Amino acid sequence: MKDKTKETDNILVRELSQEKYRYGFTTDVHTDIIDRGLDEDTVRLISARKGEPEWLLEFRLKAFRYWMGMPMPHWAHLDIPPIDYQNISYYADPTVKKQGPKSVEEIDPQVMKTFDKLGIPLEERLALSGGVAVDAVMDSVSVKTTFKQTLAEKGIIFCSIGEAVKNHPDLVREYLGSVVNYRDNFFAALNSAVFSDGSFVYIPKGVRCPMELSTYFRINAQGTGQFERTLIVADDDSYVSYLEGCTAPMRDENQLHAAIVEIVVLDRAQVKYSTVQNWYPGDENGRGGVYNFVTKRGLLRGVDSRLSWTQVETGSAITWKYPSCVLQGDGSQGEFYSVALTNNWQQADTGTKMIHLGKNTKSTVISKGISAGHSQNSYRGLIKVGKEATGARNYSQCDSLLLGSQCGAHTFPYMDVKNETAVVEHEATTSKISEDQLFYCNQRGIPMEQAIGLIVNGYAKDVLNRLPMEFAVEAQRLLSVSLENTVG
Amino acid sequence: MEMLKIENLHAEIAGKEILKGINLSIEAGTVHAIMGPNGSGKSTLSNVLSGHPAYTVTQGKATFKGKDLLAMPTENRSHEGLFMSFQYPVEIPGVSMTNFMRTALNEKRRYLGLDPMSPTDFLKLMKQKRDLVKLDAKFMNRSVNEGFSGGEKKRNEIFQMAVLEPSLSILDETDSGLDIDALRIVAEGVNSLKTPETSALVITHYQRLLDYIKPDVVHVLYAGRIIRTAGPELALELEERGYDWLIKEFEDSNR
Repeated sequence: MKDKTKETDNILVRELSQEKYRYGFTTDVHTDIIDRGLDEDTVRLISARKGEPEWLLEFRLKAFRYWMGMPMPHWAHLDIPPIDYQNISYYADPTVKKQGPKSVEEIDPQVMKTFDKLGIPLEERLALSGGVAVDAVMDSVSVKTTFKQTLAEKGIIFCSIGEAVKNHPDLVREYLGSVVNYRDNFFAALNSAVFSDGSFVYIPKGVRCPMELSTYFRINAQGTGQFERTLIVADDDSYVSYLEGCTAPMRDENQLHAAIVEIVVLDRAQVKYSTVQNWYPGDENGRGGVYNFVTKRGLLRGVDSRLSWTQVETGSAITWKYPSCVLQGDGSQGEFYSVALTNNWQQADTGTKMIHLGKNTKSTVISKGISAGHSQNSYRGLIKVGKEATGARNYSQCDSLLLGSQCGAHTFPYMDVKNETAVVEHEATTSKISEDQLFYCNQRGIPMEQAIGLIVNGYAKDVLNRLPMEFAVEAQRLLSVSLENTVG
Repeated sequence: MEMLKIENLHAEIAGKEILKGINLSIEAGTVHAIMGPNGSGKSTLSNVLSGHPAYTVTQGKATFKGKDLLAMPTENRSHEGLFMSFQYPVEIPGVSMTNFMRTALNEKRRYLGLDPMSPTDFLKLMKQKRDLVKLDAKFMNRSVNEGFSGGEKKRNEIFQMAVLEPSLSILDETDSGLDIDALRIVAEGVNSLKTPETSALVITHYQRLLDYIKPDVVHVLYAGRIIRTAGPELALELEERGYDWLIKEFEDSNR
């Protein structure tokens, strides 16, 4: 029995390992890449390329000087090889031939083709029904944002952060760094020094954003890092659902992606933020792949404000990411729904922080880890309740699913409760896909790969159901290990 | 036509031999019952025929509709028309019955070179088959077997059998844990699926189920071998006299 079980495990592991990465191609496009290396001049150069005002250069330089004195963090359950920060190029612009593209026609056709191939339509007439506005970012630069006009009619600002600095400097200046200070952590300091395009979103008072907003991040150039910065501000009584997707070419080198996402939620406003993270995970021997070191945080400043993070993490060689909520406004509610799948030699240390400061604040955490191959998958979560946070409530549920016997699943829950009226609950389970479940599927005619996909998707269903339709379909496909090349 | 032919089948689990030379032949359009005391190898036989990975066939062969059954992967045995109703159907959390059945049916259709069934036709088919075993529509949105009562699980097995329209149905202790009403519904479902082209292998410990599903042939399995094959009257005799006399006869003749 034991040998047979092991054999089933091996089949599972082998079949998962063969899952192909579909987005591993590179685009041959003329790209202006600055020299590798990082010093104050690099920071000045990036700022100059982007034509930034003096205050922003100062913001960057302050962060850079602080970063110089910081050690790399090592508290996560991750084995991170040394990163040579001097051997990375911090700015790559694939749109350089034409200054500031204004229409689809002006963008390099190769770039358009890239996003087509990724299934991200950059022509508004091709947009998915229901409408999804897209900000498409390749390497360090936003190449196009769709539906800007339509949204502007409602007073909604949706553009690259670079453009926002130019056109809405007061808003950017008020909120940039207000949620994630450059001193927050090593990668936050680095990002604050060298950040390039991500998206800027402002939803005015009382406006319900009529379509999903999304940003698609693509790394293309070799030897570069991507340092996206996204800022979302939801003013009183507004609502927005925002989606983020990301992919990168297959390369033997490890590429660094160190992002900051800041979200400010004002009185009674509601923000839903969904991510399908599919950076290149490296090959089956653990060569290559993106290092995804990201700081995402929302400040729920307003009373009865709501922020919901939903993430499906399948990519990256190493993921270090804790989308968090600071529940400052009385009655504010934070949610975190996560599926993290690791395979081969991938490592993920992900989770959330729920910081309860206001009265009657509520948070919910649902985390589903799936580990296969030789991967290591950790949930790390902090529930903090401040002295003044009377009536705070939290519910956390962390499940781990193991496929095979060489992977690891770990749970690190931290609690720091300073108000005795708080109710904090934590549940955790660890399970394996059983041979009997697989046999049942097989007996009904469902082959092994499809059976694993079905069971894994069923396990993750509570989280997948939170995603907007288009994303849910993509996420299911990613999770399902249906193997085109091995069936038949 | 011969549906299934088993010759000198030996099988083991974890190095322990359970089946010790089974010979069995099932014609199309017939119902065979396999009876026997606990631990005789009844469930092993159904698992081996279905292709459970924990069992290893060490000797012998099995031919299903003229094809080498044991050479086929588990899912292809299903596609070719072999169905097993499980004694203990597993739960698959988060996978709805609808999704499960659509996946199963379309995998079979793909194997047969057919296009996936249209959603409208699929829903029609599901309703028709549900009615057969009196399974409420609400079960279709539930996760596979999750929160089903014992009787509902067995009805769900027969429902799946009806949808997949197998040539050979193996019912592994389908009567265990069923009250008399559930038993009748399950048996009626099975009987209504009977055609001159299909066969059933009913594995049971008790005569009870055979009051509702009439077998043409009854076999007694003991210690991994078939020790007696006769007509339906054998089941009644066993009900009355138990297995001991048969076992004694078998052991005496082997002395």
